[in-house]
Amino acid sequence: MTTTTLSSASKEVTIGFGHPFVMIGERINPTGRKILAAEMKVGDYSRVVADAIAQVAAGAQMLDINAGIPLADEPAILAEAIRRVQAVVDVPISIDSSIIEALASGLEAYQGRALVNSVTGETENLERVLPLVKKYGAAVVAISNDETGISEDPNERFKVAKKIVEHAADYGIKPEDVVVDPLVMPIGAISQAGNQVFELVRKLRSELKVNTTCGASNVSFGLPQRNGINNAFLPMLIAAGMTSAIVNPLHPELVQAIRAGDVLTGVDDGCGSWIKAYREPTADGSDVRDGRRRRKRA
Amino acid sequence: MSDEDDFDLNDLDDKELVEQIQDDLYDGLDAEVTEGTEILLARGWDANDVLGEALVGGMKIVGIDFRDGILFVPEVLKCAGAMKGGMGILRPILAESAEDTSLGKFVIGTVKGDIHDIGKNLVAMMCEGAGFEVINLGINNPVENYLEAIDEHEPVIVGMSALLTTTMPYMGVVVEEMEKRGMRKDTHIMCGGAPLNQEFADSIGVPAYGRDAARSAEMAEEHVLGLRNKRDHR
Repeated sequence: MTTTTLSSASKEVTIGFGHPFVMIGERINPTGRKILAAEMKVGDYSRVVADAIAQVAAGAQMLDINAGIPLADEPAILAEAIRRVQAVVDVPISIDSSIIEALASGLEAYQGRALVNSVTGETENLERVLPLVKKYGAAVVAISNDETGISEDPNERFKVAKKIVEHAADYGIKPEDVVVDPLVMPIGAISQAGNQVFELVRKLRSELKVNTTCGASNVSFGLPQRNGINNAFLPMLIAAGMTSAIVNPLHPELVQAIRAGDVLTGVDDGCGSWIKAYREPTADGSDVRDGRRRRKRA
Repeated sequence: MSDEDDFDLNDLDDKELVEQIQDDLYDGLDAEVTEGTEILLARGWDANDVLGEALVGGMKIVGIDFRDGILFVPEVLKCAGAMKGGMGILRPILAESAEDTSLGKFVIGTVKGDIHDIGKNLVAMMCEGAGFEVINLGINNPVENYLEAIDEHEPVIVGMSALLTTTMPYMGVVVEEMEKRGMRKDTHIMCGGAPLNQEFADSIGVPAYGRDAARSAEMAEEHVLGLRNKRDHR
């Protein structure tokens, strides 16, 4: 069974077949968040820290950190954001940038085993990102596009993913440390975008035997009630075999849908996490089961 | 639709038919828009008037409702398909007609290294709907593609799109090359894409930053009408 293990200084998280789905919190990303971008640019990380705490409290097992701000010193800002976040939460981090210098500086600042987000199938990109992943002993997200763009044919995208896994092996990076992003396209523009991804995820899992992740909310671009689409999409991805995703955990319905997906695919042992999260609290707010156990021991 | 709603487009008078084409365009009804366009032409309408009143008029309404969150992406893409149906008939006639009422040519493309297509296509469509003749270069365009298209088509506007912080600086490369070749005098430049902002646009010397598809089309139209005003007042 394939497992990708990420860590912070004090905590390990496993993405893997047979493991609960890993929610990677997406909020720390200045794209489309004007206030956050302006604050990060001038060295104000208060919102970054608050977002980190809130997402972990909401159930995120990992956090994605992106510092892609136009005309800013992305390597420095990304590194500082990582330091600030690691000072307040203990979940592993996905270091998100398309700039190689920013990935390097983020990895340098990071404590633990990070997930590098991301490498593409473009030869030049592979040759720059993979040595860095190897140097820091990290894992990496592999995006299934190459010089020719994003194919609408799942078989073509599978080939690109395979190419990345093989290149990674050449650099001494194990297949289990490559987490493939099958690329989710907007369903409003490409009506088969959902089916393409489901098919690709199944194939990636059964044939390439790799973990998978994606930026799921792209699927609902341009539609009303986007959350409704997103909340249905995640359990469908889980059913197809996806093992993690970059999501907004501040939507309780989404978190619940993902946890339900874990229950229904049998990875939430004895429905334990589900019950713990959603058991009706007692009047005094204590957990009934824990309370009884304590009494017995006393 | 019930049977009672079925009627023959030929039974409508010109004014009703134009409104019907606009409604059909709004509903993304390709065959109906095509048929309506053919009927107007058969009644002796000038192709420019069919385009301006029926199709562009209809797309304006689409643009406004898209901007206001009443229409959504899949619907707007259907509208574009319907517009294409009508344009398919009008384009060959317009190409031969001496009188040109188009707002001019608009070259648009996503820059090198970037394969994001959809937002750029929405802008292309809105601009076509506003009355531009749009030349869509697609994705992943090196500077040469823009320069060639400018040489070939002599557009009034070039629009660039980028969705990545790593690819958007490439817009600056295109601007510089255009500057070097003296192309900026006759060609207005616009830019757009999720990570962009006005500050970035200013930094590459392109003040015309379109924050969404509808606004971009408005800005493009304002630019051309501004030019015409200047010219008329000379």
